[in-house]
Amino acid sequence: MRASTRPLVFRILLIGPAALAMCLFMVIPLMLMGWISIQGRDYSGGVLWGEIGFDAYTRLFFERELDGTIALNLNYFKIILRSIWLSALTMTISLVVGFPVALFMATRSQRWRAVLIFMVTLPFWTNLLVRNYAWILLLRDHGTINNTLLWLGVISEPLPLLHNQLAVAIGLTYSFMPFMVLPIYSSLEKIDFRLVEASFDLYASRWQTLKRVILPLAFPGMVAGCILVFVPSLGSYVTPELLGGGKTLMIGNLIGLQFGAARNWPFGAALGMFLLLLVLIALTSYARNYRTNAQVGK
Amino acid sequence: MSLPGFKKPYKGDARHWPGIFIATACFFAYVYMPIIILIILSFNENRTVTVWTGFSLEWYALAFENRDIIRAATNSLIIASISSISATILATLAATRMATDKFNGKTAFNAMISLPITVPEIVPAVATLMFFASVGFTFGLGTVIIGHTIFCLPFAYLPIRARLEGMDPRMAEAAADLYANPIRAFYRVTLPQILPGVLSGLILAFIISLDDFVTTFFLGGAGSTTLPIYIFGLVRTGVTPEVNAISSLMLLLSLVLVSLSLFLGREQSR
Repeated sequence: MRASTRPLVFRILLIGPAALAMCLFMVIPLMLMGWISIQGRDYSGGVLWGEIGFDAYTRLFFERELDGTIALNLNYFKIILRSIWLSALTMTISLVVGFPVALFMATRSQRWRAVLIFMVTLPFWTNLLVRNYAWILLLRDHGTINNTLLWLGVISEPLPLLHNQLAVAIGLTYSFMPFMVLPIYSSLEKIDFRLVEASFDLYASRWQTLKRVILPLAFPGMVAGCILVFVPSLGSYVTPELLGGGKTLMIGNLIGLQFGAARNWPFGAALGMFLLLLVLIALTSYARNYRTNAQVGK
Repeated sequence: MSLPGFKKPYKGDARHWPGIFIATACFFAYVYMPIIILIILSFNENRTVTVWTGFSLEWYALAFENRDIIRAATNSLIIASISSISATILATLAATRMATDKFNGKTAFNAMISLPITVPEIVPAVATLMFFASVGFTFGLGTVIIGHTIFCLPFAYLPIRARLEGMDPRMAEAAADLYANPIRAFYRVTLPQILPGVLSGLILAFIISLDDFVTTFFLGGAGSTTLPIYIFGLVRTGVTPEVNAISSLMLLLSLVLVSLSLFLGREQSR
């Protein structure tokens, strides 16, 4: 009997295991997280099933005082805002630094392009923890940068480079930069460079050509790169943990805390749902943008 | 000669833009400098870690003598091997149908399998933690392996499906016409053609699992300490030269494996 006469059986047998695994250990846990986020909190670390309420979500903005009154508390919200700000900063730095690199790659010969792509991709596959740790060695009070500056006599006291927002931004940019360079490169690579020559022939300067010809053509890649950098930055855990110290928490660390020392699962679940929502907004805005661009392109 | 009132058109090389070479050089310095400094410092004989005094292999020797490190490395290898192989098997099976069949829910399946790369890792990590705790699993190697298999799936699945989609579907049909049963057709016709893609996916999944911190941290239990977890513990208490040595070794291992995988990937695209 031919395989094509009984496709359903094969489909279930072959796709089934992967689909089942994803459902069981990905989709169901995420749904469970949504369910736990509206349950009561068990102070010994766990969930009081059936005590449905939105305490975990109100906790994002308000705090219940000992006497039962509810007061505004923006400490958690500040962490969320800081996460968004640091991710946006990371995205902007990556875009500004990544664009010239992508343009350089796209204007090289075929052989050089392959080498450059390899060089950009390589660090991405090395250990994230180790790469962030390497920055501790550089940024510490007696790290490479401070020691060099002291030796050169530029400064007399070590600069406080580690455990602040700048360190986190450096680490995040370092971690996710390939996600910006590669999509921009792939849209620049498709450009017919005769268009650029045509623009020069039509009396456009380099700056005008860049603004009117290259940037519009690279735009889809830039948007894709921004999303690909913004989303993992927003949910990062390792970088703020290592380079930020205790004072520069991001939303990922706040979630992590609820399953460690703070023991507040419903709040952790609510924060997880909130992060999912932010990611969803970023992704759908990208999808919409992509569609309008595709229509304009037609 | 130009007419008065007309400026000459700009005669530039379209492929040469001022400043982008320097920008790219700075970019690569930024990307590779920390890694290189880490590796150099791992050979430093001095205990203060960041001041260079002389060459030494002492820290590597200490790292290899440390039982905790050996145990963590063994755990890392066990977890990465089992998860990457399971993920690759699941991914290959699914990809063989996904590349050819058209059915309702295909988009849903593709969206579902790429969830681990679209959602920040911390979210599925804590969600699975709550799931395992509610079901009553004991946290340890088993839970970590399940978690790793799930996030390795898209890394194995995407290159394999890409390879399958580039394959001529008539090949499998010809095998069927020649009375090969579907399993035989797969082994003799499809698999040899997609093998480079499968191996490349397997290696990528292996590296991703070997390097993972977040999922292991939240789904781990007693006896499931991996190298990244061990390094994290040490880094939090302070920077020591042993950490430099193990970190450099981990970097080196990833670099070798990823070069191998990309090489296989290049072979297949020829």
